[in-house]
Amino acid sequence: MKPTNINDPEYFHKVVDCQYACPAHTPVPEYIRLIAAERYTEAYMVNWESNVFPGVLGRTCDRPCEPACRRGRVEEKPVAICRLKRVAADNKGEVRHLMPQVPFPSNGKKIALIGGGPASLTVARDLAPLGYEIHLYDDQRKGGGMMRSQIPAFRLPESVLDEEVNYILDLGIHTHFNRYVQSMGEVLAQDYDAIFVGTGAPRGGDLPKLPGRQEGAANIHIGIEWLASVAFEHTSKIGKKVIVLGGGNTAMDCCRTSMRLGGESVTVVVRSPFSDMKASPWEIEDAQREGIVIRNCMPPKEFVVEGGRLKGILFEHVEAVYDENGRRSLVPTGEPDEFIEADDVLVAIGQENAFPWIERDLGIEFGKWEMPVVDPVTFQSTNPRVFFGGDAAFGPKNVITAVAHGHQAAISIDQYCHKKDLHERPAPAVNLFHQKMGIHEWMYDSYVVEDPRYKVPHADNTVALKDRRFEVELGFAPETGFMEAQRCLNCDVQTVFTESLCIECDACVDICPTSCITFTHNGEENDLRTRLNAPANLLSQDLYVSHQLPTHRVMIKDENVCLHCGLCAERCPTAAWDMKKYLYQVTKTCKVWDAAGSVLETV
Amino acid sequence: MTYLRPKFRHPELPRNARGYTRQYYEGALSTLCAGCGHDSISGAIIQACFEMAIEPHRLAKLSGIGCSSKTPTYFLGNSHGFNSVHGRMPSVATGANLANRDLIYLGVSGDGDTASIGMGQFVHALRRNLNITYIVMNNGCYGLTKGQDSATADEGSVNKAGIANPFQGIDLAGLAIELGATFVARSFSGDREQLIPMIKAAMAHEGFAFIDVLSPCVTFNNNPGSTKSYDFVRQHIEATAAVDYIPEKSEITTEYEEGTSKVIRLHDDSLVQLHKLALGWDPSDRGLAFARLHESRARGEILTGIIYLEPQTRDLHNMLNTVAQPLNTLREEDLCPGIAALEQINEENR
Repeated sequence: MKPTNINDPEYFHKVVDCQYACPAHTPVPEYIRLIAAERYTEAYMVNWESNVFPGVLGRTCDRPCEPACRRGRVEEKPVAICRLKRVAADNKGEVRHLMPQVPFPSNGKKIALIGGGPASLTVARDLAPLGYEIHLYDDQRKGGGMMRSQIPAFRLPESVLDEEVNYILDLGIHTHFNRYVQSMGEVLAQDYDAIFVGTGAPRGGDLPKLPGRQEGAANIHIGIEWLASVAFEHTSKIGKKVIVLGGGNTAMDCCRTSMRLGGESVTVVVRSPFSDMKASPWEIEDAQREGIVIRNCMPPKEFVVEGGRLKGILFEHVEAVYDENGRRSLVPTGEPDEFIEADDVLVAIGQENAFPWIERDLGIEFGKWEMPVVDPVTFQSTNPRVFFGGDAAFGPKNVITAVAHGHQAAISIDQYCHKKDLHERPAPAVNLFHQKMGIHEWMYDSYVVEDPRYKVPHADNTVALKDRRFEVELGFAPETGFMEAQRCLNCDVQTVFTESLCIECDACVDICPTSCITFTHNGEENDLRTRLNAPANLLSQDLYVSHQLPTHRVMIKDENVCLHCGLCAERCPTAAWDMKKYLYQVTKTCKVWDAAGSVLETV
Repeated sequence: MTYLRPKFRHPELPRNARGYTRQYYEGALSTLCAGCGHDSISGAIIQACFEMAIEPHRLAKLSGIGCSSKTPTYFLGNSHGFNSVHGRMPSVATGANLANRDLIYLGVSGDGDTASIGMGQFVHALRRNLNITYIVMNNGCYGLTKGQDSATADEGSVNKAGIANPFQGIDLAGLAIELGATFVARSFSGDREQLIPMIKAAMAHEGFAFIDVLSPCVTFNNNPGSTKSYDFVRQHIEATAAVDYIPEKSEITTEYEEGTSKVIRLHDDSLVQLHKLALGWDPSDRGLAFARLHESRARGEILTGIIYLEPQTRDLHNMLNTVAQPLNTLREEDLCPGIAALEQINEENR
């Protein structure tokens, strides 16, 4: 293998599994260390710079970071990264003075943002400090988009959402709420230098052809529409017996909201097996904790309506059969169909994009499934003035992905407005900080605790189910937050090897708790992976290969389960191994907070 | 600040024939200097015992005093151990071995503990062919007392203070061959590929198996001019042959060209396969081994590998004709069978 190029910013970035997995690449270990140091305000700002909605995401994020967490590979469960973010948000001090301060001198450019969700708000935050005049349009009465209309208040209190939406709106954004944009042509006709579309995926899936759908319509609701009408207080009740169709996170929100609006017997029915459910495991767990029954392998056959009133749904029993290509088909088991009674049914079987308001003659090309053709790097549509982001760009994903889109779209818009090449993307900002303080002392807490993951306390069902606004998760107390923060392995503190200093004494090989380091003769990667001190079977994890050493061997480190404990560097008599903190930051249009500044102070 | 080693291990660590991972053979965290050759030898011992699937309770490690003799704390934490008086490990080992011949004995000593204060004990254990693997971690200096020249420091070797050693160094391997040792080997802490199979062969050998391991002292004897520094040893090393240890009931899988390899069958039917053999080399020829050691020393080279091996030997128990059962398990009725047995013996001798 060729020697690893550690000057490539992506090499060490990839070692920080959580940050690498995060669409917005938030420097996770950095803010976790700040939380452990009780520096919640800075921890919040490190987040805010990167993901814009720390309080919201600390409660509702899809957490792509957690399955990636290295801790989950040496023990059962990853660090509770998401809920630690909430600890920072809950315990922070005053932050407004740390954010960009209005007024910003105008740069003479004017931008329209259609839709007031996370993608648009991110664009607004990134562009406002540069002096853009930003107009945000939304048909709701407040900003936040799906964070407001689809995430129930018992998971995300309105006050938290308002706070973080307002941090952005207060940057001098011109808001046009309660305004449904009916024509893109009209917007284009105005003097906006660029237009960003962040309208989400507003259309909920339905079962229009299922018998009884028309007749029972009064008691059959589309999940996301129903959640929005609850959020905006048009709906405050539901029948005692509720069936929720669907197995995604929206279904979980629907069933849990039903429990709070009068539902007594709430059943979620999924057509596929449990293992194929799209909902996050913790959302399923939370629903079950509240007494919700989830049935699987039961596709609906018919809405049963009697005397003009919905009585329930008739379900078929199926099993999943997979062909040799792994393709699934649901095959009836032959068991008799099952009837489940229901006063109301919530259909939560997916979401779709819809752009009825964009005329098709504006140079905005639409491709498959009536989706706009969007450049995956620049987020520009085929009309150079129009950009898309969030669910509107590539279909339903999640908040953190929308934020990541927003940052990139903001860069593109800024470059477009200054007539620069959109494909010349700014390089990430990276820093490597020495951590050595003494023979056995590092600037980071290198000790690896063995505690299993701490559980976030929940409010008792008897209290939580009475009020749809009562936040059911109580969040980590600062003390528990500290203990959980200590579980972080500090994967951003990199093991950096300098071959010219190595005397090949094997001290690092012997001390490494997880047998990551091997000195051997070089070879092809496939061959090398079989010759290491411990199996290196996780191919997504890189091998760190040195230049050739005096004995004609090379140092090979399998990054997979490195605990970043620093023992190799402590044991190294010549400092050929060194522990260096790596800070990788996605470059934004403007610097709203300098994480490197806080890093330098972190001891 | 870390003086503790995390308990997490690689989740897919391989298991040996007994079902143990390497972790089961580890000891406490070493307190020796970072980069000490001794730690590397400890690592090789751990690996050898893991690969041989030794049950830790079947092994006793014995040591004297010195940096080297501290190391048994850092390996085989689940085995028996005795940290004896300076230079007196061989007599403690002899006693232990006589009392319980069923254990595997691993003696760990240093150049001071063996070649200076313990020389008298060392040579007698050797000539009695005590069944033990005796490893000398040889760094040519007294590391624990700040690096004075030891008895194995080569003549002319420059110490950290810049002074050349005026005395002749003792070649422990040559001495062992001269005194009739049945397994004599030399290796280097930085060459595990050689050291690990060598330790395995030594432990399988019935009789006194001596391994002189050059083990640089990073703190006091790793300076230019020292003949026991990492750089010097690497530049002057000369191997008699590469060593493979093939356990009993396994087959030789690697074939080598005629005349370049040699297979030696040990008493337990395990095999030692030597390959990349030096020209004209025969490790079972004591005279030749002795001569080769001298020649390479004269050339300023350090000869490593299994230098002499006499597989079929009689160890101390055989020579003394002791009972097969470990002495410490003999009950009073075995040792004092009573008046009737005495009468019978007397009768037989009348």
